[in-house]
Amino acid sequence: MVSHTDGKRHRRNQMLTRAGLYALLAVLAVPFVYPTLWMLVSGFKPIDEIFRVPPTLLPQQWTLDGVSKVFTVTPFARQYFNSLYLSVVITVGTVAVGALAGYAFARIRFPGANFLFLVLISGIMIPGEVTIIPIFRWVSQLHLLDNHLPLIVLQVFGPGCVVSVFIFRQFFLSLPVELEEAARLDGLGRLGIFLRISFPLSGPAIAAVAIMKFLSAFNMYFEPLILLRSPELFPVGLGLTGFQDSYSEPLYNTQIAATALTVVPILVVFLFAQRQFVEGLARTGLKG
Amino acid sequence: MRSRAARIDAVWGVAMAAPAVLGVTVLGLVPFGFVIWYSLHDWAPLAGRFTWVGGANFVRLLNDDVMWGSLLTTLQFTGMLVVINIGLALVLALLLNQRFRGAVAFRAFFFSPVVVSSVAWVLIWSYLVAANGGINGVLATWGIEGPNWLRDPQWALLTVVVIQVFKGVGMNMVLFLAALQGVPAELKEAARVDGASPARSLVSITLPMITPTILMVIMITTIGSLDVFVPIQVLTQGGPGRSTTVISYLLYQTAFLQQRFGYASAIGVILFLVSLLFAALQWGSRKRWVHDEV
Repeated sequence: MVSHTDGKRHRRNQMLTRAGLYALLAVLAVPFVYPTLWMLVSGFKPIDEIFRVPPTLLPQQWTLDGVSKVFTVTPFARQYFNSLYLSVVITVGTVAVGALAGYAFARIRFPGANFLFLVLISGIMIPGEVTIIPIFRWVSQLHLLDNHLPLIVLQVFGPGCVVSVFIFRQFFLSLPVELEEAARLDGLGRLGIFLRISFPLSGPAIAAVAIMKFLSAFNMYFEPLILLRSPELFPVGLGLTGFQDSYSEPLYNTQIAATALTVVPILVVFLFAQRQFVEGLARTGLKG
Repeated sequence: MRSRAARIDAVWGVAMAAPAVLGVTVLGLVPFGFVIWYSLHDWAPLAGRFTWVGGANFVRLLNDDVMWGSLLTTLQFTGMLVVINIGLALVLALLLNQRFRGAVAFRAFFFSPVVVSSVAWVLIWSYLVAANGGINGVLATWGIEGPNWLRDPQWALLTVVVIQVFKGVGMNMVLFLAALQGVPAELKEAARVDGASPARSLVSITLPMITPTILMVIMITTIGSLDVFVPIQVLTQGGPGRSTTVISYLLYQTAFLQQRFGYASAIGVILFLVSLLFAALQWGSRKRWVHDEV
């Protein structure tokens, strides 16, 4: 009898703790989720409602006024396309560079491997804001200012590739060597083994690197700010700050709608594949 | 025969590593060498001036109040960011490390800002923290008059830090969660059997077991915070006054707004030394508090 009521009390305590946990998490989640929700709807508000007191979550008066200007005030569609194609090219390039080097450092004995690996590690310590000065100079001497090529080369081959080398190296180290030995007996050379056996097996590493790199390339801001001049060449992030009307008054609702358009596709993919995103990015251990 | 095969293999190894190694060398290490070289010059590209001045830029930096102020701002920014970020990440990870329905959904909520681009995240917040924005609107309904968060020198830096924490803390939370899941259940069970309270078990077992991850996360977060640019550029442009001008932003202003490339390079060398110092201090402290380091 006693133990029965004890159990009941225990269960009730547990339920109270659980309710408290949910309440705490819900409160903590507000600053993470609310800004995104606010962004999704505020593009449909008239400009004067955006700063109304008390603030409205849902538009009191829905309007397409802001949304309709997104594509006319700035070359937004063009900038969106720039970001998409740059991100794809940079992602593919980084996967290739990272997989090749990661494989070499994991599997092949070659002279100077330790030293070269040290070179890669030291590259991480150098902040990009510092090296942009000589790079800006070289790019302008090569007459490549206002061109996408330097951005691609910098992102694919620059110190940003080091993390992807680490991820691939770590992954290839965990792959059983026996698979490769069998292929070697079948007469495959080193490149053949990499292309036909090891690389196709490295799906998790490819996913981790691709997600990380796509996000960071889509996020690109500093290098384009320094190396580009024409708004038609801007990636979308740099374009977002340019929503002003002809009197230089910011078009708040247009800017918010444009921001939402840049975020929604990635957010949708994230919602459907959040486990892959979270676990893949956790594997990279670095911020995009 | 055998050695010929090994030699061919070695050539493949060098060839496959080459794109990454050459890239990092040519686009990272060599430019950094040039930055050191430039820092010894007075270089104004628009005036066409590039003259050797030796250590003069560094002597001037030592007497430059703007530089010292910026250094202090950087220490405050990085200090606040790392403490708030790591603390919140640990709390979130510990909360989510329990078995309950909806844990995965909450993990996705806290993580979602990581996939939102920095510019977008920061832009949205610039609306919410505006003088007449949503946050002050909510405060007003409680009868509190909020400050103009980004235009008030007392609040601007902290506001940027907090916005930045919400953006990135999800990543650190996930890293901590992975580490927490690696803590052997037997250890916690043994502690419970021995009569340890949950709080005691947390302090004496769980936290010590994940100190290697805590060290790694602190180092990554520190390096990332010294590199900060987008939030400062979009939210405050270093203001009001110079209250949010961290070194990385001062470097940008000096080089690309004032066209003083030699002086900016000297600032770049200082920025590099600061990140090296932080990394060395953190790495050097590991024997004192990181588990398994003797």
